[in-house]
Amino acid sequence: MIQVTNLTKRYGPVLAVDDVSFHVERGGVVGFLGPNGAGKTTTLRILSCYQPATRGSATVRGFDVFGQSMEVRRLVGYLPESAPLYPEMRSREYLNFRGKLRGMDSQECRAAINRVTERCWLGEFIDRPIGHLSKGMKQRVGLADAIMHNPEVLILDEPTIGLDPVQIRETRNLIKELGEDHTILLSSHILHEVEQTCDRTIIIAAGRIVATGSPQELRDQLSAKARVVAEVQGPIEEVRGAVQGLEGVLNVEATSSDGWVRLAVEPEPQRDVREALFRLTASKSWTLRELRREGATLEDFFVQVTARQQQAVIHTDNR
Amino acid sequence: MRNITTMIQRELGAYFLSPIAYAVSAVFLFATGLAFGLGTFRNGAEASLRSLIEFWAMLILVFVLPMLTMRLLSEEYRSGTIETLLTAPISETEIVLGKFLGAFVFFLILLGAMLLYPILLATFGPVDPALLACNYIGLFLLGALYISVGLFFSACSSHQIIAVLLSFAFLALMTFASQGLAQTVEGWPRALLQHVSVRTHFFDFVRGMVDLNHVVFFLTTTALFLFLTVKRVEMRRWQ
Repeated sequence: MIQVTNLTKRYGPVLAVDDVSFHVERGGVVGFLGPNGAGKTTTLRILSCYQPATRGSATVRGFDVFGQSMEVRRLVGYLPESAPLYPEMRSREYLNFRGKLRGMDSQECRAAINRVTERCWLGEFIDRPIGHLSKGMKQRVGLADAIMHNPEVLILDEPTIGLDPVQIRETRNLIKELGEDHTILLSSHILHEVEQTCDRTIIIAAGRIVATGSPQELRDQLSAKARVVAEVQGPIEEVRGAVQGLEGVLNVEATSSDGWVRLAVEPEPQRDVREALFRLTASKSWTLRELRREGATLEDFFVQVTARQQQAVIHTDNR
Repeated sequence: MRNITTMIQRELGAYFLSPIAYAVSAVFLFATGLAFGLGTFRNGAEASLRSLIEFWAMLILVFVLPMLTMRLLSEEYRSGTIETLLTAPISETEIVLGKFLGAFVFFLILLGAMLLYPILLATFGPVDPALLACNYIGLFLLGALYISVGLFFSACSSHQIIAVLLSFAFLALMTFASQGLAQTVEGWPRALLQHVSVRTHFFDFVRGMVDLNHVVFFLTTTALFLFLTVKRVEMRRWQ
C-alpha cells in the first residue's frame, strides 16, 4: 500500500531522513517508533505530500507522492502532529469545510459528519468553537477530519500526545478499530503504545531505520541475545573457569562481592544455559542464590538500537 | 473552481468571526467618515467624492487593507494549519486565489458601506453617476492591488506584525513616495519608480477617466503579486 524507497530529506545541512526504505501492506496498523528528532514527522510529511523529499521516492497505492500528489491526497487521511485547527470555527463548520475541500457536497458532508461524530465521540462538542475545546477533544476533531472521507490510508503523527490516560486508551481502541478496514501508519515515541496498538513496528533513529518487525519478532531478536545472570558461592577463579567450560557459553564475566560471585553469562544465540549452569553448581556443591535470564523487553531493545545508532552518527561526525 | 468557492466562504466566515475585521471596518468607516465630513460635506463644496478619494481613501487603504490581509497566510503558518491545507486535494493557486477573493469580497462590503456618502450628497445636490462609477472602478482596482501585496507579505512571515509592517512600508512607498524618489535617480530606476507610482495611475480614476493603460497596470501588478504569493507558498514546502 505504501512503498518508500531510498528516501532522503535534508534541511540545509541537517540530514533529517537518511536513505530510508520500507513498505506497508494493505490493512493493519504499522507503528513508526523513534526518539524525538529521529525523522518520524519528516517521513510522514513526505508521505502525506506536505513536503517533497530531497532524494528517493514514495508511493501510496502506486501513486507517487510528488508526481501524483492530488491522487495521493485523496487516498490519505492525515493527522499532523498536535492536530492544528482553526480556533474560531465550530467543529461542525470545520469538518464541513474540510469535507467540501475533498469534493463532498452538502449532503455527503452532513452524513460524514454524523458518522465521524459518533466514531470519535465528539457528541455535543461538535457545535462548540474549537478554541474552547480541550487538547484531547481537539485531537479527536483532527482525527475526525482525517477519517471523514473514509480514506484507504491513515497517517497519524503522534495521535495520543497530550492526552490524559483515559483519552489515550480510548484513542488506542479507536485506532485498533480503524485498523480493521484502513491501512494505518502512526508515529510515536512511546514504546508501550506501539506495542499495544500496532501489528508491525518500524524503529527509526537519527534518520535511519534500525529494526522492523512485529513486537513479538523484535522481542525474539532481543531474547536471542539475552544474558544469564547468576550468583554463586565459591572460589571465583574456579567458578569462572567451570562456567566458561560449559557447552554453549561464549563469554563469562565474574565479579565478587561479600563472598558471592556474580556471573554474567553470554550464551550462543538461541541457547538457554540455565539448566547446565544449575547442574554445574549442584555437582560442585556451590550454593546458588540467583539464576535468571536478563529482561528481554522491547524497551531495552529500543534503547539499545537507538543508542547504538546515535553513537554511530557521532562517530561519523567526528571523522 | 469549487475549491476556490470553499476557500472564499471559509475566509469570509473567519473575518466575521474575528474581532480584527470588526475593528478594521470601524477604523475604515470612521476615517473615511471623518475625511468626508470635514472635507466634502460642507456648504459650497462639489457634490462628489473627489476630495475624499483623491488622497484620503488611498492613505486609509494603505493602512486598512494590510490589516485585513496580514493573517491570511501568516496565521496558517504560525498555527500549523497550513499543513492540513496543503495536504488536502487543493492546489496552491486555488488556496491563494480563494484567500485573495475572500479578502476582496470583504473589501467590497466596506466599499458598499461607503456608498452612504454619495447618497447623503445626493440629497443636497446632483451627484454625477458616471464619475461615481469611475471612482469606484478605481477603488476596486486599487483594493485588489493592495490586497495582493498584503497577501504576498503574509506568505513571507509567520508573524502577522511583520507581515503588516512590511505591507505598510511597501504600499506607502509605492503609493506616495515613488514619484518623489524618481526625481533623485537617473536612467531605468527612475523609469521604474515612475511606472510603479500608484498615485499617478489612480489619479485619472479620480478625475473620471478610465484609461486602459491604468487598468492594465493595476491588473497586471495584482496578478504579479498573486503569482509571487503562489511561488512563495510552494517554496515554503521545501523549508
